[in-house]
Amino acid sequence: MSSYYHEDDLAHFGEMGKNVPELWEKFQDWYGAVFEEGALSQREKSLIALAVAHAVQCPYCIDAYTQDCLQKGSNLDQMTEAVHVASAIRGGASLVHGLQMRNVTQKLSM
Amino acid sequence: MPGEQLRVLNSPALAHRSFDDVLERSGLHPLTSTGIEILQINVGKLCNQTCKHCHVDAGPDRDEVMTRETAALCMAALEQTETPTVDITGGAPELNPQFRWLVTESKRLGRHVMDRCNLSVLLLPSQKDLGAFLAHYQVEVVASLPYFMAAYTDAQRGEGVFDKSIEAIRLLNGLGYGREGSGLELNLVYNPVGAFLPPPQASIEADFRRELLVRHGVVFNSLYTITNMPISRFLEFLLRTDNYDRYMQKLVQAYNPAAASCVMCRNTLSVGWDGVLYDCDFNQMLDLPVSFGAPVHIRDFVHDRLDKRRIVTGQHCYGCTAGAGSGCGGTTV
Repeated sequence: MSSYYHEDDLAHFGEMGKNVPELWEKFQDWYGAVFEEGALSQREKSLIALAVAHAVQCPYCIDAYTQDCLQKGSNLDQMTEAVHVASAIRGGASLVHGLQMRNVTQKLSM
Repeated sequence: MPGEQLRVLNSPALAHRSFDDVLERSGLHPLTSTGIEILQINVGKLCNQTCKHCHVDAGPDRDEVMTRETAALCMAALEQTETPTVDITGGAPELNPQFRWLVTESKRLGRHVMDRCNLSVLLLPSQKDLGAFLAHYQVEVVASLPYFMAAYTDAQRGEGVFDKSIEAIRLLNGLGYGREGSGLELNLVYNPVGAFLPPPQASIEADFRRELLVRHGVVFNSLYTITNMPISRFLEFLLRTDNYDRYMQKLVQAYNPAAASCVMCRNTLSVGWDGVLYDCDFNQMLDLPVSFGAPVHIRDFVHDRLDKRRIVTGQHCYGCTAGAGSGCGGTTV
């Protein structure tokens, strides 16, 4: 195996339903409902998904939602801003934990 | 070459589910015409642009252009029918010397005329009066503009084309095109700048309307989204970038029976620059003329033998049946 991740795997995602199909079906139904047009547009949801895909660093999701964003009419400026949002939250999340570091330090220090 | 394109589309190594089998399962096989509502005349491959996705493979060096004799045969055929719409395409159809005659004759016969315009042609010195001509005859202008940002449009249509397109839209707006109540229709055409399907038409139309007005102060009536067909230059692009298989998978997965029942070939007859008859402009580029006993040249036009003809289909037809469907008038469902 040359790599853990293969582009072709994405098309076979449905094979996860071969075992415990009732859970797969629940996931499919819920997933489909989540991405339907609602208070947020499908395009906005797709951009959120793209940002989250980067935050969780899932190459399959990045591939799928890059294509989906393009198909929803988003452009590279908008998609890049979405990735920056994810990155900012990831960076900010690390930085805000600095307060824990400061709290512990403060507790231990004279 | 059309033969090579068909070889790729039908290659067992790259096999996708047969379009005819899928049609059969939808109860639509064999696909038949529902009546000729649009006579689409492709006057040739000559164009002042060389777009990367062009299914006609058009450009400034192409010399396949419709003659007056063939144009006259088209009008003689039109006169035999009550077909309400004449759709003139190319290439850049306005560069054909027969274009204006076709427009005036079609209008004389009381038909609605559409000009598939690349916009930049309106700025050519030889076409200075084109806008006024189109307005005078109330020709509907259907103009390609793949995106509202220059970088994307230029990537597909050539450096500087976006700015020229905006200038041309401004010129058309000045004549009343795209403005409420003028009766002069200016409709834009979006097609994806890459190997992906178009977005929902209403959603991207709202973006175009807002962005073109705010950034450039120009207006239009409607935006049509059209799927890129896996033929000609776009097929070359798919193969060169190793996107062919995935793109075909997308088209096949997005097959929509409702779109299949509304494909444009069912109400269109397409005439090539040399008078050969086709079910659509895409079949024309693949050298797939009408068949199943229908007359194959405009000189042999007999309305009753073409009106309910059986349509020639192939793997490329998935391009018109994906999602909300795609035709020369945008989505079909």
